[in-house]
Amino acid sequence: MSVALYRIDDRLIHGQVVVGWGQSLQVGFIVLVDEAVRASDWEQELYRMGVPAAVEVIFAGVAEAAARAGAWEADPRTGIVLTGDIATMAALCEAAPSVRRVNVGGLHFRPGRTERLRFVYLTDDEAAALRALAATGVAVTAQDVPTAAPVPLEAFA
Amino acid sequence: MSERLRGVVVTHAELAAALVGAVRAIAGDDGGLVALSNAGTDRAALARLLEDAATPAGTPVLVFTDLVGGSCTAVAATVARGRAGMRVVSGVNLGMLLDFVFHREEPLDAAAARAAAAGRDAVREVGR
Repeated sequence: MSVALYRIDDRLIHGQVVVGWGQSLQVGFIVLVDEAVRASDWEQELYRMGVPAAVEVIFAGVAEAAARAGAWEADPRTGIVLTGDIATMAALCEAAPSVRRVNVGGLHFRPGRTERLRFVYLTDDEAAALRALAATGVAVTAQDVPTAAPVPLEAFA
Repeated sequence: MSERLRGVVVTHAELAAALVGAVRAIAGDDGGLVALSNAGTDRAALARLLEDAATPAGTPVLVFTDLVGGSCTAVAATVARGRAGMRVVSGVNLGMLLDFVFHREEPLDAAAARAAAAGRDAVREVGR
């Protein structure tokens, strides 16, 4: 397995990703697909700070991530690809058809969102966007940590 | 004399509240420490909580976070970058906070360095 997890998580690279999933999957690389972070050296340094030195951290925009998705899938190391929101992941899935599964890992409360799971809050439009993504053949589940059971899309969107 | 520092502890789950409670139990006073949790927050919401806790503007604030690569540290570093008079120290422990509450008169930069040193000094192998 090369990319073990395509994850939507509004906290981006954080403890659950680095420690929870990173240790469990023994990841060799983490890709953060986020245009704002891609454009900020300071933010890149911030997100690199807590990642073990042996784990490569890659920052990319959507177009760059789509262009490199095949190489990441063929990488002998195990990797995680992260986006901070549904729209970015949907754009990546559209541009890189090899992405066939998406993990909703953490979308927290904001005005307009309602609680769907303890770690997933969505607006109606966001729920519809996830259903639309699934309708293209992408398997969408929610799971915050590796020891939890994945929750099927029908249960939260 | 320098203005007394405000301390804000930002952690995962209920760790911050527990640490501040432990400071109060040991020192008899929590030294004005404010406890924040990242539970249920995205980065923007946690940043707002921290900015609210750091008022009034101009008060020097030392922020203590738990995990160097965690969301609390990322948010605190981002807030501190845009605000004069705020520093962040990661890896908070009880020894670090106890030292802080008795040295809140120090200049902010010195207090941040002191907190990091006190936290490191509190981690020891014992009993051998």
